Amino acid sequence: MLIKKPNDIPSSEITPKVSYINRRQFLTGAAVTGAALVGGLYLRNHDGDTSTVEAAAGAKLSGIVKSPLSTAEKPNSFKDITNYNNYYEFSTDKYEPNGLAAGFRTRPWTVSFEGLLKKPFKMDIDSLLKLAPIEERIYRHRCVEAWSMVIPWAGIPLSAIVKKADPLPGAKFVAFETVFAPDQMPNQKHDVLAWPYVEGLRMDEAMHPLAILAVGLYDEVLPNVDGAPLRLVVPWKYGFKGAKAIVKIKFTDTMPPTTWNRMASNEYGFYSNVNPTVDHPRWSQAKERRIGEFAKRTTLMFNGYGDQVSGLYSGMDLKKNF
Amino acid sequence: MRAPGEKTIKALKVGAFLLSLGPLATLGWKAYQGNLGANPIDVITRSTGRWTLTFLLITLSVTPVRKLAGMPWLIRFRRPLGLFAFFYGTLHLTTYVWLDKFFDVHEMLHDILKRRFITAGLTAFTLMLPLALTSTTWSIRRLGGKRWSALHRLIYFSAAAGVIHFIWLVKADLRRPLTYGAVLAVLLAYRMVVWAVAKTKRVADARKQQGKLAAEVR
Repeated sequence: MLIKKPNDIPSSEITPKVSYINRRQFLTGAAVTGAALVGGLYLRNHDGDTSTVEAAAGAKLSGIVKSPLSTAEKPNSFKDITNYNNYYEFSTDKYEPNGLAAGFRTRPWTVSFEGLLKKPFKMDIDSLLKLAPIEERIYRHRCVEAWSMVIPWAGIPLSAIVKKADPLPGAKFVAFETVFAPDQMPNQKHDVLAWPYVEGLRMDEAMHPLAILAVGLYDEVLPNVDGAPLRLVVPWKYGFKGAKAIVKIKFTDTMPPTTWNRMASNEYGFYSNVNPTVDHPRWSQAKERRIGEFAKRTTLMFNGYGDQVSGLYSGMDLKKNF
Repeated sequence: MRAPGEKTIKALKVGAFLLSLGPLATLGWKAYQGNLGANPIDVITRSTGRWTLTFLLITLSVTPVRKLAGMPWLIRFRRPLGLFAFFYGTLHLTTYVWLDKFFDVHEMLHDILKRRFITAGLTAFTLMLPLALTSTTWSIRRLGGKRWSALHRLIYFSAAAGVIHFIWLVKADLRRPLTYGAVLAVLLAYRMVVWAVAKTKRVADARKQQGKLAAEVR
């Protein structure tokens, strides 16, 4: 038997939380010191703002508010979350993005708000972070590839951002666009997907309290590998809906194109709600492997968020609108 | 190149055998160290799959290398290499049956009928089965060289099905599966050229023979 079951690990082997946190604090301290040095050097040459220092990856986020929308399930480890994910801009391998994204620059960063707005505008990421209190949202995450995790995101409700953008009544959809930076994202030099990566939500989906823009993981600034500095999280949909490294949020009256749908429209729909009864043409969606578990779990409708979100889709044929 | 002695070949064979166990040993060691990443079963599936295809291609390159490099003794490596392809294929299939489907026959049947990449993968494995079963010297004698060779051409189809299996399971970015496909295409093209040359030669020989006969009659 090659697999070690998680419960075979004696509890004595597990790093106690205190020393884990101490280590984390040490690393955070080191990171902040390093960032301060870099930032200092930067400021000596440029009259930039000081947010460069605050923004360092691995820096601690303060004042995160707990949320009743979080699940009580045990989150996956920081290591698993940051070492196993799809970030096709860096690699189609799930283990590689962590290393490849390490040097990704998340400051300065501007998000452009466009489309059906009273007044289109651009906003600096650090101003955006102050629009609403950052909340902890421990969510189930279900990948379209039939694996899942529990992830303690920290983020801002998307609804707060939409309200700030103040869309016109004609705006029915919200489109998200990932940065196009082929000098930093090696796969953007190839036609792996049609770059830049685009995603979208219907306005009522975007306004749903579960939808957030993540800016942190555990209690830290969002790691680059998970979509820093700003990443969409819609827990009742397949993971690929969560556009990473967002630079543009556009309000439209028609359904915006989405990258995977353009790639294979018979495999990935606009909605892409987690649905165990609608199989991906090439594999079943009935079960999933929770990372860290040996046996498979049954996949839940809307990833277990049906009570909160099924109302958004009443009267819709979800087999057609997959 | 001068043929190496019997002792050298034996030593090389042992070396090749141990080297061929390398991928499994690596997986085993990583598993023992708890170092297979967040999704160990995925890693095992992919690694055994890749090595099955790799060994199929290495097996298929024995004949061209042997002929082109003038190393006839390489033939003695073909059987063990082919069997290693079958070995990793068996591990790959076992991973699917056990660790992915947990012996759920209903689910597997559903997969085989509905998922074309599973159908292709199972085809690739099934085609290897008679080759592994008739890999003994006894089988070669029993079947006769010609029939045995004809049967073992199934490896072309097995490798092709394996590449298609890989192409069909990928979500995007076909670079890796297409690399395997390109190598396979070269290896199969070599056989087609050899076959075409041999045929032309046969025709030419037959003509020459006819010419001779005609001359004699005259």
